[in-house]
Amino acid sequence: MINDSILSVNNLSVYIYANQRCNKAVQNVSFEVKKGKILGMIGESGCGKSITASAIMQLLPELARIEEGEIIFHDDDGDIRIDKLEKNGSEMRKIRGEKITMIFQDPMTALNPVYTVGFQIMESLKHHLNMSKKQAKDRAIELLREMGIPSPERRVDEYPHQYSGGMRQRAMIAMAMACNPKLLIADEPTTAIDVTIQAQIFELMLKLQNQYNMTIMLITHDMGVIAELADDVVVMYMGSIVENGSIDEILMKAAHPYTKALLKCIPILGKGKSQELEPIKGTTPDPYDRPKGCQFYPRCDYATDKCLEVPETYYISETHSVKCWHYMRVLENE
Amino acid sequence: MNNSNNVLIKLRDVKIYFPIFKGVFKRAVGYVKAVNGVDLDIYQGETLGLVGESGSGKTTLGKGILQLLKISSGEVTYKFNGEEKNLKSLSDEEMFEARKRMQIVFQDPYSTLNPALTIFNQLQDPLKKFGVKSKSKRREILEHLLEEVNMPKESLNHYPNEFSGGQRQRIGIARALSLSPNFIVLDEATSALDVSIQAQVLKLLSSLKEERDLTYLFITHNLSVAEYFCDRIAVMYLGKIVEISTAEEIYNNPLHPYSKALISAIPVVDPQSKFDRKRIILEGDVPDPANPPSGCPFHPRCKEVMEECKYNIPELKKLLKNAKGHYVSCHLYKDEFTKK
Amino acid sequence: MNKNKISKLDKKMDKIKEKEEKGLLKEQKMNRTLRKFLNNKLAVIGLFILLAITFSSIFAPIICRYEPGKIDLRNALKPPSRAHIFGTDKLGKDVFARVLYGGRISILVGFGSGIGSAIIGVLIGSYAGYKGGWFDKTFLRISEVLIAFPQIILVLLLVTIVGQSLWNLLFIFILTGWAPMYRMARARMLSIREEEYVQALKAFGVSDFVICYKHMLPNAIGPIVINITLSTAMFILEETSLSFLGLGVPLNLPTWGNILYAAQNISILRNNWWIWLPPGIMISLFVLGLNFVGDGLRDAFDPTYQG
Repeated sequence: MINDSILSVNNLSVYIYANQRCNKAVQNVSFEVKKGKILGMIGESGCGKSITASAIMQLLPELARIEEGEIIFHDDDGDIRIDKLEKNGSEMRKIRGEKITMIFQDPMTALNPVYTVGFQIMESLKHHLNMSKKQAKDRAIELLREMGIPSPERRVDEYPHQYSGGMRQRAMIAMAMACNPKLLIADEPTTAIDVTIQAQIFELMLKLQNQYNMTIMLITHDMGVIAELADDVVVMYMGSIVENGSIDEILMKAAHPYTKALLKCIPILGKGKSQELEPIKGTTPDPYDRPKGCQFYPRCDYATDKCLEVPETYYISETHSVKCWHYMRVLENE
Repeated sequence: MNNSNNVLIKLRDVKIYFPIFKGVFKRAVGYVKAVNGVDLDIYQGETLGLVGESGSGKTTLGKGILQLLKISSGEVTYKFNGEEKNLKSLSDEEMFEARKRMQIVFQDPYSTLNPALTIFNQLQDPLKKFGVKSKSKRREILEHLLEEVNMPKESLNHYPNEFSGGQRQRIGIARALSLSPNFIVLDEATSALDVSIQAQVLKLLSSLKEERDLTYLFITHNLSVAEYFCDRIAVMYLGKIVEISTAEEIYNNPLHPYSKALISAIPVVDPQSKFDRKRIILEGDVPDPANPPSGCPFHPRCKEVMEECKYNIPELKKLLKNAKGHYVSCHLYKDEFTKK
Repeated sequence: MNKNKISKLDKKMDKIKEKEEKGLLKEQKMNRTLRKFLNNKLAVIGLFILLAITFSSIFAPIICRYEPGKIDLRNALKPPSRAHIFGTDKLGKDVFARVLYGGRISILVGFGSGIGSAIIGVLIGSYAGYKGGWFDKTFLRISEVLIAFPQIILVLLLVTIVGQSLWNLLFIFILTGWAPMYRMARARMLSIREEEYVQALKAFGVSDFVICYKHMLPNAIGPIVINITLSTAMFILEETSLSFLGLGVPLNLPTWGNILYAAQNISILRNNWWIWLPPGIMISLFVLGLNFVGDGLRDAFDPTYQG
């Protein structure tokens, strides 16, 4: 069981101390990323999904701190406790380039506009893999070709602004893939691009998974993206994981009221006007004035007094866990 | 529904070009053809979805209809009290009247309200302009409007930073309603919201439509939302409308190769349908609107491209066999168009 | 060193966490900008210096024992003593009194021209930025000419035309100094103009003046205030150098620059340091204070800078 995961996160809590306040952005989060699978992490804005990713990369802002818990990277030659590493130490930097890489929503923030795309890919090849300039350039061209960029021999010497939106995204993925990382963290990789381009990027990510046996952790707010790509799903709400399971379990047998409500408020293409959307009542609470116990109960249809206590984690199957007192009622009420 | 008497807004060959300036003397060296010849009828009481990707010109067209952007050529007519009027040739008085009837709700909940003024202070000026002289009367009207969009009336005394995205969007809707318009452009009005909030706002918009007998132009890039919310959908590509039909028709029977690709590209939250769909992956990106391709604007990416598509610009024509009114601009269907 | 800093930050975090858990931290009542400003030590020191100098200048008649213009030839060129804490100049005038009274005029010239040029620059600049067109183009060209032309020469030219007096100097400073303010306000408005709330007001056909001055201008207030503090410092230095050249405020009025004018004499520069050093220090302190406050305001208004 342990051997097939590449990353384990146990009881991770991350608090943010901006503006003289303490925001418990991530609380007691545990999950596993399985080798060769795509883990989808879904949640609305402010649910702590991006903070979790930053914690794994040790890229948290200065005023944020890992309070407790462990992040373990299962490398081929032993486990590495990422949370114990120094934020900017040489070990962490090595992990960031060679073991875990991250791609972002906006490729323009990840690509430096004053250097050519090829130069930026070659930099990391030269630095991490000690390649010569010639080797690095050949590899960069190869990478761009693999990511589906037409005429890479010419494109390698072009600047990011000469690329179109979809191609920038590909170039950023090429850069992330340069040193054959074990895990790719994609933070909202398709949120800023159009659906037809998004479909291209989906294709590319599935190719990475199938051909290179990449493990991908996909962070998004879009249930559609999850449904298309993910093998396993983690649902987050207000800093906690409320439900965790395989994609089929989440979509067909959602056991947490939040997951269920989330699925009911998205219009599904093809069902048109016949579908009845059920909005979740109320708004997401103020992170500085959180409800006691279950974070979702003020908006929940199943809420009882029991919900004032923090719910335990129940296992419905080996892969499917849920953090709700009333999951049985939710499951029965199909 | 397709009775021509019911047309509220009629667009004929509307073009909106933005000049590109270059060089020391800032001469116009070309034009971005954001909207490049659009014919469109918006019927009284319908919700018309305008769907397209970024750069398709859908927002530009929406703002053009409201005269927020200058229309380069073509005409927009608007029906006042049963009389069609060209918006370009309105007198000041008529324009004043027209402003009351047409409003817009914007996309970004953070830029839609002025962070420096209280809600009351920024919402009262339109009322003041349109003749509500007493301050207490203005306050009363705004309180009423806020309650209509399910916001507490005390919100008037607060600053925008005290509200969440969904609440700001509601206030934006209240502002659009403040002069009782009958036509509202919803420019990606729910796109920036979380899905749970998006559903609330969509519900609110539908109930407002019922109560106030509104006509919506719903601009969005999200076809799933458009299909749920709209009566008819127009698909735009590179400044042109390539297909219009009812929402079900567009989904069940898309004709234009671009509409087909667009629909197949949308991720669907439905485990059953996940595997029996064939996805059409389009090559490349949307071309530069400053330099659109010759012939059909879609031909460089089209899977079913024919020789003719490279030279002839297809016209948006009605299909003969479909009584509900399915219009498409594609050479593939030239045998099926009615003869004029 | 690094370790030490981290643990200090950690301690601060622990403290906040403890308070938060006890529910002690309520929603911050105080304006965030103001709190960030007050947390900035240099800015608070700067503000303190400014207030101290300004108030002692305003209340100079109460603080000083001597009239600034009172000539006492028997006590000329006396070094600092109990009777004259900053000594006396070559006509026996009390330097301390002259520095304080001088501050009144210098600060008046500084703030007066700073605020005056801001009012003109902002009024024109915001409308030009919002409206564009010929109005914008005209003033843009004028401001470019003003900025490209060496200001000191322009001032000299104007001084010879309109003559030397306190009010003329203020007038000249405002006339030559509004251009940077104009450009700043214009640039801000150009970006605010694209905000959706401005579009919404336009869709209602609300008048341009209301949109521009009531709705847009308050969003530009941050950079305007910062610019006023920094341009005030510049005007004070400019007044000093003009007066030092004998072209600023007429010599019969004491200003910091006029006091320094005396130091043109080489023997005073060598032997009587108490005549030129106190006004020199006053000018430096005041300008330094303004710059501290300006930098503090800039950080406080910057939303990306967390406090």
